[in-house]
Amino acid sequence: MSKLSEKFERGEFAISSEVGPPKGTNIEPVLEEAEKLKERVDAFNVTDQQSSVMRLGSLVTCYLLKQRGLEPILQVTCRDRNRIALQSDLLSAAVLGIENVLCLTGDHTTLGDHPQAKPVFDLDSVQLLKVAKRLMEGYDMMGNELDGKPKFFLGAVVSPGYEPLELQLIKMEKKIEAGAQFFQTQAVYDVSVFERFMERASKFGVPIMLGIVLLKSPAMARYMNENVAGVTVPEELIKELASVSKEDRPKKSIEIAGRLIRQMKHMCHGVHIMPLGWDKYVPAVLDEAEL
Amino acid sequence: MILVEPKPKDEILAFLQDERAIFIVACGGCPVGAEVGGEQKVLEMKELLESNGKKITGSALIEFLCNKALVGIHIGRHINELNEADCMLVLSCGVGVQAVANTVDKVAYPAFNTLPMRGVAGVWQSTERCNQCGDCLLYLTGGLCPITLCAKSLLNGPCGGTNNGKCEVDKELDCGWYLIYERLKRIGRLDLLKKYVQPKDFQKYIPSPQLRSSSLWALERRAK
Repeated sequence: MSKLSEKFERGEFAISSEVGPPKGTNIEPVLEEAEKLKERVDAFNVTDQQSSVMRLGSLVTCYLLKQRGLEPILQVTCRDRNRIALQSDLLSAAVLGIENVLCLTGDHTTLGDHPQAKPVFDLDSVQLLKVAKRLMEGYDMMGNELDGKPKFFLGAVVSPGYEPLELQLIKMEKKIEAGAQFFQTQAVYDVSVFERFMERASKFGVPIMLGIVLLKSPAMARYMNENVAGVTVPEELIKELASVSKEDRPKKSIEIAGRLIRQMKHMCHGVHIMPLGWDKYVPAVLDEAEL
Repeated sequence: MILVEPKPKDEILAFLQDERAIFIVACGGCPVGAEVGGEQKVLEMKELLESNGKKITGSALIEFLCNKALVGIHIGRHINELNEADCMLVLSCGVGVQAVANTVDKVAYPAFNTLPMRGVAGVWQSTERCNQCGDCLLYLTGGLCPITLCAKSLLNGPCGGTNNGKCEVDKELDCGWYLIYERLKRIGRLDLLKKYVQPKDFQKYIPSPQLRSSSLWALERRAK
């Protein structure tokens, strides 16, 4: 059984981090970085061609993590595969013992490093969840019987800072009805935003993991404010980060992330940290968050 | 010319299940040419709905529904009948349904599916775009087409990339799902957003052998 789902079932606070497969075959450093977090982190998201940039696959990276005793969360997007390939990959994941699957729409192809590619989007995230659930029941989406049923713990994403929030909540509810068993959120830096979201989302009764991206610099925070949908880093935080020298930034970043998690952890069921290369600081963030 | 075919009666009656009073809008252009539109067809639809307990508050047969100005002028003459109606049933291609929905703040149900002609466009359309998917769902989306308005043609709501009502592909482009949300909110039908929409049947994008062997197809596709 998925260790992540067991954790939620026991009512314990779950911690996940993120692994980005390399562009190329040099996987070892990525696996080593993840292994160092083994004692502190319950599960690792493995991104699926993140930001539409072509990389090593999510499925094989999940498998390699699993071989080292780490718990992977397979991210699956609808951008690159049609319904035949998606169902097949889900079956492959199950055979490899990968149970946690995070179903996403995926960024548009034009945002990545192969902008000329044909965008697929044969299914959307809600439909993908429904299809995965159907596979668990022993049928493909056309109703054909499977020889051997897969077992998944299905996740989805939601964006607490999205305007209008009502539209986001409608989609969240649809995802739950389709089969989502847990949620990870887009990065949140404003406690009141998360509070407002959780007031309405907690009634759905599914575990929600707060998303945090480690802020590496004021420029990065400003970039996210301008370009990442639903993410707002308050000006005070940017100023706080800018108030220290470049050398002290990691320390400040750890302090900010840890503080935010500490302030919001009582409202939710887990935290999902996206270190974007700063994996080595994750334990310090968790210390600061008192986790 | 755009080719349309009537949706199965069962589908029409199913999606109109909770509607009581209906105003019928019909296009007098392409559907008449395809012999599925015109006065007689409006009468038949009226009879079908009435025999299923619906009240028809009125009807309008308008020359070309793909022209919003024309729709606006003609539909203005039916304000009282439209006010009485819960919704509209539109006998036209997807462009016509969108033009009507854009003019009147009520749900516009498509009575037809628009058939794939492999890229042929309407004659008078303005901003409305129909992708001829052969399985019209405009009644769920406030008469705004997510196939043509969303860069990913998503069917169950916006993706996470939409920002302040704009599309992640280009900040100048509106997010189609944001427009759909705003429209449905305006007409008090956000409940429609909660309905799960099945994956598209892409077989319907292939013109059927019957369509390809029709004289209309031959006339439309004839090479000079």
